[in-house]
Amino acid sequence: MPDSVSASAPQEVSLWRRVTNQGATTFAVLAVIFVLVPLLAIFVYLVIKGIGSVNLAFLTQTPKPPGEVGGGMANAIVGTGLILAIASVIGLPLGIGSGIYLAEYGRNRFGDLIRFTADVLNGVPSIVIGIAVYSLIVVRQKHFSAFSGGVALGIMMVPTIARATEEMLLMVPNVVREAAYGLGIPKWRTTLSISLRTASAGVITGCMLAFARVAGETAPLLFTAFGNQFWNLKLNQPTAALSLQVFTYAISPYDDWHKQAWAGALILIVLIVAAVAAVRITTSRGMMKGA
Amino acid sequence: MNPPEPPEQLQKPATAIPSMAQVSRERKPAASTVLQKIRTSHPRASRIPDAVFAVIILLSAISVFAIVVLVAWELIDKSRLSLHQFGIAFFYGHDWDPVEGSFGAVPFIYGTLVSSFLALLLAVPASIGVAVYITEMCPQRLRAIISFLVELLAAIPSVIYGLWGIFVLAPLLREYVEPFLARTLGWTGLFTGPMYGLGMLAAGIILAIMVVPVIASITREVMTAVPQNQREAVLALGATRWEMIRMGVLRNARIGIVGGIILGLGRALGETMAVTMVIGNRPEVAKSLFAPGYTMASVIANEFSEATGDLYLSALVEIGLALFLVTLIVNALARLLVWSITGGTARVRA
Repeated sequence: MPDSVSASAPQEVSLWRRVTNQGATTFAVLAVIFVLVPLLAIFVYLVIKGIGSVNLAFLTQTPKPPGEVGGGMANAIVGTGLILAIASVIGLPLGIGSGIYLAEYGRNRFGDLIRFTADVLNGVPSIVIGIAVYSLIVVRQKHFSAFSGGVALGIMMVPTIARATEEMLLMVPNVVREAAYGLGIPKWRTTLSISLRTASAGVITGCMLAFARVAGETAPLLFTAFGNQFWNLKLNQPTAALSLQVFTYAISPYDDWHKQAWAGALILIVLIVAAVAAVRITTSRGMMKGA
Repeated sequence: MNPPEPPEQLQKPATAIPSMAQVSRERKPAASTVLQKIRTSHPRASRIPDAVFAVIILLSAISVFAIVVLVAWELIDKSRLSLHQFGIAFFYGHDWDPVEGSFGAVPFIYGTLVSSFLALLLAVPASIGVAVYITEMCPQRLRAIISFLVELLAAIPSVIYGLWGIFVLAPLLREYVEPFLARTLGWTGLFTGPMYGLGMLAAGIILAIMVVPVIASITREVMTAVPQNQREAVLALGATRWEMIRMGVLRNARIGIVGGIILGLGRALGETMAVTMVIGNRPEVAKSLFAPGYTMASVIANEFSEATGDLYLSALVEIGLALFLVTLIVNALARLLVWSITGGTARVRA
């Protein structure tokens, strides 16, 4: 073997090696196709099946009783907004706060522990979070509520935001902080107005990812927000959510509800994409760019 | 003919080579220590707000820890009744009959394991193929687009996967795939019985689609962490592209890839909505993949809000506790493996 390598004549690549090489390339291309086909199929079906049922009534009315044609998901759309607002109020400060801790204070054992816990929390199944919030809040309040749904989703946002914030803050060069200290700016002010500001584009992207992830969550809402066929804007009452409504309608036996489930799913994905895109566009302009 | 074995040096795992990722990861002293002197020379007035800020930030960091502890505590507390009543028998009992008051988790554990295993069987080759294509074969222009599309799969809500599974995938399986499998592989016993479309097979396929982005993005990340000169060295020995990928890249990244697979497993074990919608929800242990099954997560989703009686509720919480512990272990293991390769920089989305 070593002799043939050192021979000066260009060596033929054996048939087997050529075949495996080709085979590997083909396999990789096929894998990409196999993965992208379902993605395409999901979006195509969402549009084809959903678009027909999206109309004014769907966006402005509450659900009709089973079997009756018509009605809409207006209450669910508003309910999702309400629950997500509560989730953001809880998840954003906690997430960004722990991210700041990890980056600016947590370069030690305790920081490692928090980092590890955040990653573990990220992997806890959403249904388990749902059970925990149920027994923490719903059992004590004695009824399902928008608030408990918001808490469940808020908890799920924290680890994603924390890790993204940490990562972005670590990318801010130390000289920037040193310059601020040199001007006599205290550490808290430096962290908030200099480091976090510089990293804001990345932090916002991280927050958006977390938001998009929980926006479509259903499992933790099953026994916290619970769902509601009527309007509700009170925080301590059961509330409808788009994802819950899609689930209920999809497993129902009614054809009309199936159509509405597709429409609801389409609206859900459009809202998620629109929210993410809006933030992307606003942050890609002006001074927040970079980081 | 086999290619010459690369010299000893090339076979060292990537951990031995300080990659860019690791260098940038090395703990640089935080600004606080570098500037200790400046800070202590601050006027006293600015130290109080600094201390207050540090406490607030510390509290929010502790909250992450507190949440995990609180979740664990609530699960243990609420499942106490069932833990006392059934003890370890809960995990080898076959009967799930709330009316009779007998609760055994075997059908759910079986369903969770089989559906997750099936998902990994389909998803692992596909994810590694995708990652290899993106990092090693793809034209530069396509690279960003394909990684974006694959990550988009992770952004689709699970309830939408379920909806698609019920109305698109299940009929497809019922009409075409399952009859074909029954004809060709029916003798194995895995593909027999009535074809509903909805069942273990559908759950496995849906789960596979959902875990591909998790495994693919980690695999891509650890493959990128393999230094470029590893590839060049193997190519210089006359290796073909595939040999270069196999010996220069995959061999060095294997620990991280295993970590990614375990992380995908964690995701599959805990996935609820999509599985609940397509698995058929029947608490039975059946050999055929066409048969409906039930998973730990979906029994909670279906029965929790209508569970009557403390023992019933407690049994469901105990299933949740088991799920929590399993995903905890699985995730911890996966992070350790991935961290050992990338040095902790990999942002892990599960």
